[in-house]
Formats: sequence, structure tokens, C-alpha cells
Amino acid sequence: MPVCEPDGARGMIFDPRYGHAVFSAPVLATAWGAALRMVGLVLMVWFVAAGLLSGGRAMAAQDKAAAQQTVRWAADSSADVPYTFHDPAKPERLTGFEYDLMQEMQRHMGVPFQFVQNDWDGLIPGLQRGLYEMVICGIEMTAEHADSIDFSDPYYVTSERLTVRRKGPQLTTLASLSGHAVGTLKDTQAAQILGRNPNVELRTYEEESDAFMDLVNGRTDAVLLDGPIAKYYGDTNPALHVVGEPIGRVEYGIAFEKGQNEALRGRVNAALAAMRTDGTLHRVLARWDLWTPEMVQLTGDDSVLDIPPTAFYSYVAEIQGKTGWRVKLERYVGFIPQLVRAAWLTLLVSLSAMVLAVALGLVLALVRLYGPAPLAWLAACYVEIVRGTPLLIQVLLIFYGLPQCGVSLTPFVAGVISLGMNYAAYEAENYRAGLQSVAFGQTEAAMALNMTHVQALRYVVVPQAFRLVMPVMTNDFISLLKDSSLVSVITLTELTQTYIRLSSTYFDYFGTGLMVGLAYLLLGLPFVRLAKLAERRLASPHTRRR
Amino acid sequence: MVCVEDPVVLHAEQIHKSFGEDEILAGVSIEVRKGELVSIIGPSGCGKSTFLRCLNFLERPDRGRVSVLGVSITRDGGPWRRADEHAAHRLRTHVGMVFQSFNLFPHLTVLDNVLLAPRVVKRERTAAMRDEAMALLEKVGLGQVAGRYPVSLSGGQQQRAAIARALAMRPEIMLYDEPTSALDPIVAEEVLGVMRTLDDEGMTQIVVTHDMRFARLASDIVIYMDAGHVVEAAPPEELFVNPQDERTRRFLRTVL
Repeated sequence: MPVCEPDGARGMIFDPRYGHAVFSAPVLATAWGAALRMVGLVLMVWFVAAGLLSGGRAMAAQDKAAAQQTVRWAADSSADVPYTFHDPAKPERLTGFEYDLMQEMQRHMGVPFQFVQNDWDGLIPGLQRGLYEMVICGIEMTAEHADSIDFSDPYYVTSERLTVRRKGPQLTTLASLSGHAVGTLKDTQAAQILGRNPNVELRTYEEESDAFMDLVNGRTDAVLLDGPIAKYYGDTNPALHVVGEPIGRVEYGIAFEKGQNEALRGRVNAALAAMRTDGTLHRVLARWDLWTPEMVQLTGDDSVLDIPPTAFYSYVAEIQGKTGWRVKLERYVGFIPQLVRAAWLTLLVSLSAMVLAVALGLVLALVRLYGPAPLAWLAACYVEIVRGTPLLIQVLLIFYGLPQCGVSLTPFVAGVISLGMNYAAYEAENYRAGLQSVAFGQTEAAMALNMTHVQALRYVVVPQAFRLVMPVMTNDFISLLKDSSLVSVITLTELTQTYIRLSSTYFDYFGTGLMVGLAYLLLGLPFVRLAKLAERRLASPHTRRR
Repeated sequence: MVCVEDPVVLHAEQIHKSFGEDEILAGVSIEVRKGELVSIIGPSGCGKSTFLRCLNFLERPDRGRVSVLGVSITRDGGPWRRADEHAAHRLRTHVGMVFQSFNLFPHLTVLDNVLLAPRVVKRERTAAMRDEAMALLEKVGLGQVAGRYPVSLSGGQQQRAAIARALAMRPEIMLYDEPTSALDPIVAEEVLGVMRTLDDEGMTQIVVTHDMRFARLASDIVIYMDAGHVVEAAPPEELFVNPQDERTRRFLRTVL
């Protein structure tokens, strides 16, 4: 279970012994002492990381054995109504027609299934990295997709539908969209269809809910998206309705790693076929009110089941029925446990990454300033390369790319390392500036007292530089706290990810946004205060007269 | 005061130093005997500060030899070797230095400034060392401010703290690079007083200075340097009263 390992690291890093080492030493007797302790701490983090790594390997081996039984499947459960999403009535619970299909399928196959949450952009890379065996997340069976992944037989067929504002222009055909702004999801068949009409002002989104929010707010005049999405996001909104004829044909298939899992794919296809013939598929889809003429055509099953669309109704009731402030307030209170968990993870990732960044940054700066030429050059290269490339790419590279070189890190460790290594480049430049701004006379005085270069650095230059860069470091830490949201692409559900999930589940961007913003602020404030305190303690003696 | 029989404790021979095209020192030699107070005077840019810094290898001479109490480093224009670094390290155990701009460590208290080098270099962390440091501070008149940070001290206090800091390493020779140039005359007198006391105690001291009064009244030997050469070296009563060289005469006419 490689996705849920932060617990191990959590316990180690916040082991009271280390806390003691960092904070209770007689207020950082010298800043260098603090730096040394930090280096020590980083070594421990690395140690823990290495431990987790080997643990992870052992676990991977176990997983291989367990994989004979357990099938791990992934989806992006944030805002993915009606596929796999968090039940608005009970946000801890997953639901959705694909989720239900998976529950049925595990019964048919007689093996336990395990759900793995991953960000949409990470779904396919995670498949290739072996985090899970399959992805079911409304993935369209296009030729382009089939190049990089294998598909099961289609489990659902639908078409694109147009949604417009009830009080806006009634655009019912593709041709009528000319000259209008039209929203859809990026990299979808709908986006391709819209792209063929050069007169359409195409707006692509990451999240369905955003596309419809913009339609409601008049930023676009129509949304073209898959039938189920149009039904659940468009038709359920009093301000919107779905219009016109179905457009095109969309087939969803379950994705497998290319050429790697033929046996499982065969078993899944067999299960799908069985679920078609015995009516399971029909029953699930009927509950969600998603049994369409296209499905009749696909399955040849033209029976009419006496199953009311209960799942659909309860979703609509949850979304439309409860609007009062009291309901909202209750809902917000319900968010708190999730937010606390997410904030804890955000804090852990950020703190560990900052410790790594401070230590590695100091080493880089020292090497760059005082090291032998080749090493100094390497350090400079490191800084330029890491600063010059996007953090997101570094995160993805380390988590999804390194396994191809045989280094498989847990999401937590990969997140900490990529953030820490990235910020180390910035810290290195900070420290370099700080070191250089300590007057050379200080080094000379130390040398005249018969200290070596290293001793002069350690006892005279670095402690002074450390005080100089303190405010900038605080700045960087706050910035890192927020950048840590990028680790959501490697399956870690931190604050921002939680915001996206909650806000799009309830279409409540404002209230949820305020709550999450407040959470970030509360996380950052203690560090600002702490830094101020440290600044005053460390810096005042020689910058302010008594 | 010095007797002729006192041994030579510092001997610099034919020190050459260039910065790029500019030859700053063109073969400077001096001999300093134990307990002497030697003042080096001369116009700005004559190389006197560079020469002083060559004596403890804060500046590495291009050519020449410096011998201090049995430690000798010879430079022949070659690269600075690891063995040279070790020798310089040994040499510096005998030599303390005080700078024009004090260069106290601003992040440490006055007492910690004095204690840092013994702690770091000699690994002395004893209460005795602390008492010795306090005694040094008392000696330079800073016993009351031992716990304060340098920035809260006057310039004269800072320079005296710098002297105490250098003395804590128990050097046999003290180098002063324009120790009073950043101070007004009254404050400067506090510093010069300390240097006189040390002279009375038999410390060997070499002072680069613009303070002609001090050079004249306190020195055993005054060296006049000009354009990278030693022009004249003599006891002050000779050099100031009856300079032999025209360049010395011209210099003294302008400054006195």
C-alpha cells in the first residue's frame, strides 16, 4: 500500500527526542550550532527516508504477492460527479456509478479491490509506476489514449451534450456556438469537437465544476461535456439546462498499463461481460439514471427495469435541498476533521522539506563560495537547473520518473525530497548573499587569531550570515508552505487538494475557500512569530544599541 | 627599554609583493628584537600596511623570508603549499594582530570575542581561561562591559577589546595596523596607553601608524617606508631629529 505511508515518517520526525534537539537547546547557542543540528536532523530525515524506502521495497514485494488477490484501482475522487466522488451527505464516503461498478466487479471477480486516490494528471503516470493496476475515471477510449495505455471493453457509452443558461442564448447545435465562449474539460473529445469550429471561443478547465460555475456566472455561454456530467452538473442547477441533440459518441474504458497486465484485463473483460448479461451493469446505471439508448445499443439489453434512480435523487436532494445557513454551518463543521488532517500533512511535508532545504542550501552555498572549482561549478549548475525548471515537473520526475531508474520513493518522501531540493536552490542563493555580505575583515580577524578557514567560517562568518538571511528564510518557508500543494499530484491529500474536493463537491468555493485560506494562514503565522522572535533574539545585540 | 643583547624574535628578509603590475613591496627587510616597540611610518600607499600583513601571512609575499621565533617561511614565487599553510599556522601562534577597523565579532559579547579563539583554536574551555580573559579585559579597562556586544562600545573601547582578544592567544609579538586611525585623539590615547603598558611588560610590538607623536615618544625604533622600500630605520630621537634621507626629511616636514 505505497500511497498511505506518511505515518511512519510522521512518528519519526516528530519524535520528541528530535524536537528536543532542535528547540530546547539553550536558545541556539550559536546559529552554527543550530545549523549543525539541522544537518543532523536532515540526516535523520534521510535515514528515515531510506528506512521507508527499504521498507517500501519490502512492502512492494509483499504487494506483489498480495496483488494476486487485491486489485488496486485509481480515480480522482475530487469533483468527479457522478463517476467516483465524495458523497455530499457524508464526505468521508465514496460513491458514484463507477465506484458502484467497481464494488460489483470485485464481487464478480471474487477478489478484494482497493481504491487509490490520485490527482487526474497523475492517474496514468501512477499506472505506469505500478501504484495500482487499473484506472477507472471516465477515460475516453480514443486512439491517442490507446497509444499509451490498454483499455478494457467499454463499460459505458454516452455522447456530448450542450448545457446553457436558462436565461442566456439558447445554443442548441454545434453550429450555433460560433462567436460564443464555450467551456469544456481540457484534453477531451468535447474539446476536440469544439476545436474544429474556429469561430468558437474555447475555454478549457481542469474541473467540471469550474466549467459550470463559469457558465452560471456568464463567463461562457455554453458547456459541451459528456452526458453524465451534463446531467449531474447542468440539469441539477436551477439556472442551467441541457439542450439540443446528443453530439458524437464517447466510450469509457478501464485503463491498464500498456502491455503489462493482460491477465487482469482478461478477467476484467470477463467480469464486465458477465455484468452486462446478468443485468448488474443495467441496475447500477439505472440507480444513477444513466441508462441511455446508447447503452441499450451497446448491450442489446432493451429490458426496462423497475428501479428508481435513487442515487440520482439523493444527490440532487443533497445539492439542491439544503441551502440554509444552518445547513452550511453544519457542513463546515463537518469539514474540520478533513481540514485538520490535510493541514497536518501540509505542515509535515513543509517542515521536513524546509529542514532539507536549509541544510542542503547551506552546503551548496559553502561549496559554491569556498569549495574547489569543479565542486563549486557543480553547485552552481545545481542551483541554476533546479531554479530554472518548474517545481511541478521536479515532483513528477522524482515520484514517477525515478522508479524507471530503480529508485522508488513513497509519496511522502518523494514530496519532501522534491520540495526540499527545490527550495535548497533558493536557500543556497540566500546564504551565498548572506555569507558574502559578512565583511572580509571578519575572516581576516579570525585568521589572525590563528583560526583555520573552516573555523573562521564556522564560528565567525556563518553565524553572522545566518542572522542576515533569517527574514528571507521565513519568507521562503511561508512560500514553501503554499507550494507544498503541488504534492497533491503524487497522491498526497493536503490542504489545497482538500479545498478542491470540498468546494467542487458542494459548489461552495467561497466558504470553503475562506476556511482553507484560514488554515494556511494559521499554519504560517506561528512560524512568522517564531522567526520574529528568533530574529530579535539573534539579531538585536549587534544591530541595535542597548 | 631594550638592551642590544636581546634576541631577534622577528626577521623579515627581502619581502617582495606585487598586486598585478603594481609592486607594493620591493625587498623590505627588518629585524625586531624581543621587547622592542617598532613603529612603521610613511606616506599612504608606501606599502607599510601590506608589509605588516605579510609578517603574519594574511598577505602572502611573492618572494622573501619571514622568521618568527624559530618558524620560518620562505617564498620563492612558487605556489602556496599545504606545508606553507601549516607553517603560517605555527607562526601565527606567536603573533597577534589588531586592525584599524577593530573587526570585533559583532554576534558575540566582548568576553566571548576574547574567548572564541582560545576555545576554537586551543580548545581551552576551562574556568581558568575565562578568568584569564576577564583579567585581560580588566587590564584594558573593559571589565565592566565584558557582557556587552561590540556595537554598544565606543571606538576606543572596541579597539581595546580587540587588543584583549589578540592577547588571549598569548602571542609574543603584536602587530598593529593603524590602530588609532579611526579614533579621535582623546579616545586614541586610551588605546595607546594600553600599548605602552604592554611595552613596559616587555611585549614585542610592531605598529603601523600615522600618529607621529606616539611613534616618537613610545618607539624604540622608527622605520620610515616609501614606495615599497625601507628608507630609514633608527631610534626616534635620531630619525625625528636628524633624518638622514631627503625623502624622510620631506615626509616629516609635511606631517609635523
